Amino acid sequence: MNVLLASLPFYPLVSFLLLIFFGKKLSWQLAATISVSSMAIAALVSAMLLVDLSVSQHQVMTVNLWHWFDLSSESGNAEVNVRFYLDGLSAVMISVVTGVGFLIHLFAAIYMKSDANFSRFMAYMNLFIVAMLILVLADNLVLLYLGWEGVGLCSFLLIGFWYQEKANVLAARKAFIVTRIGDTSMVIGLLLLFNTFGLLNIEAVTTLAKQANELTGGQNTALGDDIYWIALLLLGGAVGKSAQLPLQTWLPDAMAGPTPVSALIHAATMVTAGVYLIARMHGIFLLAPEVMNYVAWLGALTLLLAGIAALAQTDIKRVLAYSTMSQIGYMMLALGAGAWTAGVFHLMTHAFFKALLFLTAGAVIYALHHQQNLFKMGGLLKKLPFESGLFIIGLICLMALPGTSGFFSKEAIIAQLWSSETAGPMLWWCAILGALLTSIYSCRLFFLGFLGNCRFNEKAQPDKSTLLRSALAVLALLSLFGGLIPLDLSLVFTMATQLPLVQGMEPNWLHTVAIVTPFIGILFSWFYFKSYRITSDVATKHVLPINEGRLVRFCRQGLGFDSFYNSLLVKPYQWLAQINKNDIFDQFIMLNVWYVNLWHDALILVQNGSLRWYLAAFGLAIMLLLGVSSL
Amino acid sequence: MTSIPLFHVLILSSLLFVIGFIGVVARKNTLFILMSLEVMLNAVGVAFIGAGSVWQQADGQVMFILILTLAAVEAAVGLALLIRMQKKYRSLDIDLLSQLKG
Repeated sequence: MNVLLASLPFYPLVSFLLLIFFGKKLSWQLAATISVSSMAIAALVSAMLLVDLSVSQHQVMTVNLWHWFDLSSESGNAEVNVRFYLDGLSAVMISVVTGVGFLIHLFAAIYMKSDANFSRFMAYMNLFIVAMLILVLADNLVLLYLGWEGVGLCSFLLIGFWYQEKANVLAARKAFIVTRIGDTSMVIGLLLLFNTFGLLNIEAVTTLAKQANELTGGQNTALGDDIYWIALLLLGGAVGKSAQLPLQTWLPDAMAGPTPVSALIHAATMVTAGVYLIARMHGIFLLAPEVMNYVAWLGALTLLLAGIAALAQTDIKRVLAYSTMSQIGYMMLALGAGAWTAGVFHLMTHAFFKALLFLTAGAVIYALHHQQNLFKMGGLLKKLPFESGLFIIGLICLMALPGTSGFFSKEAIIAQLWSSETAGPMLWWCAILGALLTSIYSCRLFFLGFLGNCRFNEKAQPDKSTLLRSALAVLALLSLFGGLIPLDLSLVFTMATQLPLVQGMEPNWLHTVAIVTPFIGILFSWFYFKSYRITSDVATKHVLPINEGRLVRFCRQGLGFDSFYNSLLVKPYQWLAQINKNDIFDQFIMLNVWYVNLWHDALILVQNGSLRWYLAAFGLAIMLLLGVSSL
Repeated sequence: MTSIPLFHVLILSSLLFVIGFIGVVARKNTLFILMSLEVMLNAVGVAFIGAGSVWQQADGQVMFILILTLAAVEAAVGLALLIRMQKKYRSLDIDLLSQLKG
């Protein structure tokens, strides 16, 4: 039994329990020490596990904790155990979750210091890590689903952490309901999977899929139709959690939560759970090439849509939220194209640089007394040189300039798109366009916030504590050099190599275009956003919503998806609730009540309180009994 | 000495019992209900005595003495309650005591 692996989720769990039960009595020092040190231990343990895993023979570690329950269906019985399974893929995930999670905890401990409910906040953050670790370590899909719902719950709790503000509560509710739609689809997918194969163990499903693939050479099997639906339903779950089209509307609103939450949950870890799910179930997806194609297209469309929406945002965190959506779009695109390793690699590097961007944005917002509007910033490069430097590092990784971690992962994705069977040149162009958009909105963000005239009246007061700055610096180093981490997942994605490649011509200029695109974007914005860069006159005009065009407003509101869903789903539902105010269906249930009341009234007549009536009835009954028995 | 057949004894006992029962059910005055109850008890007593003499056993007479005691006790308690009732309601109508109705 591998104690290290078995104990990994329990460090944050113990911290969560301590903080939630004794949080009110703990001082800031103690609460922060408990939560951050538990994360530090978890990060250390996962580092040790990484070393163990790389020297172990099979590159797989499992540990069985306890038996949970049994499930049976017509096609077989399955044991559901609390059992952890660590391979290359989950190793990447646990190191991102615990490593980046530790740095964000460190940041949060200082960032949230003055909050009255500090210990509750840290407790939720710890609980999130527990759920996330269960999700990525789960050996079967039921345990995975437990983690899946756990992270959803923590996301809800943390978005609505400041529960006295109405906007936060509404955002939390929206996030919960929208992701629930995806989760429902996923659970139906799981049940269908179990009903079809009688299996819930991830390894067994993958093996089975591999056998099916070898048997038929990747063609549709007899189970093709079932597999198609299973893959589609699982994709539904992934789409909800990863904020992809058409369930993407919750993510920008989720930025109402505290900034460390946005960094931890809504950028680095939880939203990539959908990507993890698809990568984990790649066996199923490879048997359903149509669904892989949908994955790729969904990713590409989200990537473009989010890029366009990011161009029109005024809130610094919302720009980053849309950028997260678009980067996850890249990962989905990679998965859809069968570039599994590249997708997971981008997941990892994205976690580094997006956490850095969010935390730096948090530091900037903190320094500016909770000002989030980009049009009220400006000129921060001189006022906050340290934060600006980190932000530049984050942005160049986001734009994928050569040498940064984002470059390695994004180029790896783009390189595999053109000749992939389930993607193709069309999606390649989408990815390039997305890269262009990425660099344009990054430049706009930078020019507006950090160059030009200062449009901020009060004095900027950055938090200069060493701990906070060191957390940011480590993330910056990871963002810059994270691309050099060798990631070999060929043992996990053994099936991936068997996909037949289209023997098409790959033009020579592909790589050149991919590398040059971000620079074109920078050059374009250098001239196009000149006004942001130099003076504040034009920029201040944009603060007034009257002057902006209808198109800009349309883009700012996420290309109208919110109002579309509002009129398509929310309004009809409210209308139904309105006309059914008196609850027609309830009347049927009330028939029962009426019937019981009827008998009640009838029996009351019998109990009239008159002794002589009782006696007469008594005598009559005796006579009847005697008469019957003597027959 | 001619013995009376058991059947006749039982007919007498049943008649007495029915008369008593009808008295309990039909009468409204509580005093008469008590008296009817005594009749019913004596009907049972007759049945015991008759049965005892047929089988030449003393048990029947023993039971009758028990019933006699019971009747005396019952009459004492019943009459006491009757006095309370007369004081409270100024009447002996049994239908006045119907507060336990549902």
